[in-house]
Amino acid sequence: MIPVSYFLILSLILFVMGAVAFFVKRDLITMFMAVEIMLNAANLAFIALAKTANSIDGQIIVFFIITVAAAEAAVGLAIILLIFRQKKTIKSEDIKLMKG
Amino acid sequence: MAYFLFFLLAILSVGSVLGMIISKNQAYNALYLILAFACLGGLFGILGAPFLAVIQIIIYAGAIMVLFIFVIMMVNIREGIPAEKKKWTLYVALGLAAVLVLELVLSLKGAFSLPGAAVAEKASPTELGRLLFTKYLYPFEITSILIIAALVGAIVLVKRKEKE
Repeated sequence: MIPVSYFLILSLILFVMGAVAFFVKRDLITMFMAVEIMLNAANLAFIALAKTANSIDGQIIVFFIITVAAAEAAVGLAIILLIFRQKKTIKSEDIKLMKG
Repeated sequence: MAYFLFFLLAILSVGSVLGMIISKNQAYNALYLILAFACLGGLFGILGAPFLAVIQIIIYAGAIMVLFIFVIMMVNIREGIPAEKKKWTLYVALGLAAVLVLELVLSLKGAFSLPGAAVAEKASPTELGRLLFTKYLYPFEITSILIIAALVGAIVLVKRKEKE
């Protein structure tokens, strides 16, 4: 079988790439996608380690992470839509003020 | 066979995330992300978590990405947003990434030497459901409250104010 370290290294690569994408990109929607990638990298690490520990609890945690990510995506995208309605832009550098 | 599948899915997922970083069109970014999530679902399947693989594809690649695509449609930026002109942000990002890699490698050092994954003992959905409704019953109920709160919050945020 495949050693668990392979999965951990893949999860590390994906997490770091998500972090880089978050810093490099300039539109809010893609930055939000980068956050989703980081969440998924964490999920992969959870499942790989749950398999190594021969326990199912790690999978339950991944289940909860997916649920919370869905809720977070709904609220986050609503906020992005609201920003676009008020400022007509979704570039991160154009959004400087806390109070519109 | 398992190795072949693992490397195929790993290269596809890393490649599609790389494509997301390079491409500047939001719609393409969403499609790259769907590919990455589907590959991760396959990896979950290799790791003996068939239920989570299905959940990953239905909820992530299905529901969440459809939500993203709807918002991209509504926001409707005609020309893509070009990459950062200032070079220093890229360098800062790469420097921070190097630090992050170092930190993660140091903290995962113990886990890398763990013995190879045992023979695939599939976690059946039955087992998962039983655990969810016994040991993790309270977190489960709290999650349902969280989802209702998020639903109401999203609707209230986006609803247009009626003119008095």
